[in-house]
Amino acid sequence: MTPSDRLPGGVAGSTVRRWVRFTPGQRIGRTLAYLISMIAIVWSVRTIEVIPEFLYDAPEQAVDLFRRMWPIDWSFWHKMVAEALVETFHTATLGTLIALVLAIPVALLAARNVTPSVGLNLLAKFILVASRSVNSLIWALLFVAVFGPGALAGTLAIAFRSIGFVGKLLAEALEETPVGPIEALTAAGAPRGSILLEGYWPQIEPSFWSVALFRWDINVRESAVLGLVGAGGIGVALDTGLNNLYWDQVGLCLLVIFVVVIATEIATSTIRSRII
Amino acid sequence: MSAALVIRNLRKEYRAGVPVLKDVSLEIGGEGLTAIIGPSGTGKSTLIRCINRLVDPSSGQILFGGEDIAQLEGRALREARRRIGMVFQEYNLVERLTVMENLLCGRLGYVSVWRVWLRKFPDADIERAFELLDTVGLGEFATRRADALSGGQRQRVGIARAVMQGPELVLADEPTSSLDPKTSVEIMELLAGLAKARSIPVVVNIHNVELAKRFAQRIIGMAQGVVVFDGPPSALREDHLIQIYGGQGWLE
Amino acid sequence: MSAVKRQAFAPNWIARGLWLALFVYVVYALGILDVSWDRFVRGLDNGARFLGRMFPPDFGAKKLDLLWEGMVESFQIAVLSTAAGVILSLPLGLLAARNLMPAWVAWSARGIIALCRSFHPVITAILFVKAVGFGALAGVLALILASMGFISKLFAEAIEEMSLKQVEAVRATGAGFFNVLIMGVLPQVNARAIGFCAYQLDSNLRNSTMVGIVGGGGIGAALFTAYQRFDYDFVLTILLAIIAVIMVSEVVSGQLRKAFQ
Repeated sequence: MTPSDRLPGGVAGSTVRRWVRFTPGQRIGRTLAYLISMIAIVWSVRTIEVIPEFLYDAPEQAVDLFRRMWPIDWSFWHKMVAEALVETFHTATLGTLIALVLAIPVALLAARNVTPSVGLNLLAKFILVASRSVNSLIWALLFVAVFGPGALAGTLAIAFRSIGFVGKLLAEALEETPVGPIEALTAAGAPRGSILLEGYWPQIEPSFWSVALFRWDINVRESAVLGLVGAGGIGVALDTGLNNLYWDQVGLCLLVIFVVVIATEIATSTIRSRII
Repeated sequence: MSAALVIRNLRKEYRAGVPVLKDVSLEIGGEGLTAIIGPSGTGKSTLIRCINRLVDPSSGQILFGGEDIAQLEGRALREARRRIGMVFQEYNLVERLTVMENLLCGRLGYVSVWRVWLRKFPDADIERAFELLDTVGLGEFATRRADALSGGQRQRVGIARAVMQGPELVLADEPTSSLDPKTSVEIMELLAGLAKARSIPVVVNIHNVELAKRFAQRIIGMAQGVVVFDGPPSALREDHLIQIYGGQGWLE
Repeated sequence: MSAVKRQAFAPNWIARGLWLALFVYVVYALGILDVSWDRFVRGLDNGARFLGRMFPPDFGAKKLDLLWEGMVESFQIAVLSTAAGVILSLPLGLLAARNLMPAWVAWSARGIIALCRSFHPVITAILFVKAVGFGALAGVLALILASMGFISKLFAEAIEEMSLKQVEAVRATGAGFFNVLIMGVLPQVNARAIGFCAYQLDSNLRNSTMVGIVGGGGIGAALFTAYQRFDYDFVLTILLAIIAVIMVSEVVSGQLRKAFQ
């Protein structure tokens, strides 16, 4: 292709070509999206209740709060926090394990390639959405009403909330498995169970453990607060401190929670880089 | 013809005591295509990238338009870069942007942030972009996404982007190494024609000695960080090539 | 001819060991939590009774008004916290990108992000209630921090995974920092960024239903009150409303993500 000798520059009388970034259809879509977002935001700002007096002395209140938390009440550790911490750990871990077990059948039902029945797919998907929509704190309320206060309620709350999370990601992983190996097994006459075990499971296993680790990390954080509604763990200690307005105890609980979260994150990233 | 680019005693060490460029001095004149040849690792790429400061030289001067680029910082450096266009081996287009937007990147040194955000580039720039697209044979491709193009097409866009800057010097870092032989010739034709039409120097790093001899007015051979040959293609002989590349096996 | 039995599958002792350890742990933990069969059965009985009190859900006019008010407030909390969270997170995420920023800037930004992520929104909501009083503002502020922790982290990761070569080319044209950002960095990370912003809106919607339990506004307050008064049929109504809203929002955010792909 030989380059032209024309130097770039306007030539008198030539038609000016225009460049538009978006097609008219795209432009309408984008304008609509912006409009809706703006309306939602402006409306929310105008109708949200903010009591100005409270807002003005907020910095003062915050400083006051931190001043009351210091010095931290270390004795609270032995009185309540250490035990509660162990309970929190078990709640998170056991809850995650239970969720993993319960999520597998639901995920199998929700995956379109594993379960061809649309009705079952929708039912399973509804179970997963319902599980996810209800916050673990609210699940905890429900289980405290059924099983009484304590770590059992907390564990079940964690479990039931996690089913939706784990199940959704597992179902997606199942739907994305390449169909080749499955076809091979079906062609060889393998029964359903074997196909699941030897065809699907090896392919989703890495995702499974990755999701499990991810959810466990989140669950440790969640377990720490369930005690606020009586479901056991360090949240109970936190709640005790808050109710009595012993801010130094509250400070200790917050510090412990912070350390635990950091530790969990280090643990999960180490496990991830070593094994996954 | 006064020199557009003067390099004096350029030296670059990536690791202390292991210089990749050892005392390179060159003067590049006002027009024509200059090809730099030499084996991999000999500092060709480093030399080119020092010129527009994508790599910082360890010592030496790079005089362009009277200023020493090696000493410039901040705004002054950006203004110097505006006047130097660059073509990359792997095209380095922003893949998710359209061809037109990639071309307009050439004007980023001249357009304010607000206009760039809203994509309200001056009409003159847009018109110029269309003309350049015609010149490189991609007139209908303005709204295509860059990652939908073939390698040769992408490199044409890369060249057009460099020319959009209205540069006084164009650098090309192995522009044909990722392309097939036929497309390589087309790209070199574009670059050579560009040098002639705009009367600016074009400096090209290239592996392929045949292409270099065919399109360049001047060949610079480098080996182990120093210039070992500098002259017209007609003066390039076999013993020069042996000195540059070492060994004879590849010549046969 | 002696037959040497060859094993087709070498036993994976490590994996078996881990499964065994897991099993032992479960048994141990169940013991700690005082889960006896007796308690479980009693719990099921309680559960049945509990469910009985929840059905049928309460759809009375006054209750529906309460429900509507609460859900609207939760929605507002979600919208505001996501909007403000996105605006704050993008620069923060940019500052945390180790391939674009000097080390001290990147690590400081990452420290701030880690701090935002460490605390559950309920905890930050409690602290904000103390600072700015009961009501939706506390909830919004708490969720803004939660959003920042999530969006900034993912944004920084997206930037660290982008192609630096494309950015280098834009820089070589003499473009200033912001122009390089707009034409070199953002086009590469935009699609993913919109994805996790949509996810965060969803997540904030979920969390906004619960910050009310500790005073942060939204439907959580109505839920907690009903709960404490044993108004379980209204609790069910609220739960159904929450599930419905989340389902709709998931569909919408899925569409949004596809549209911007």
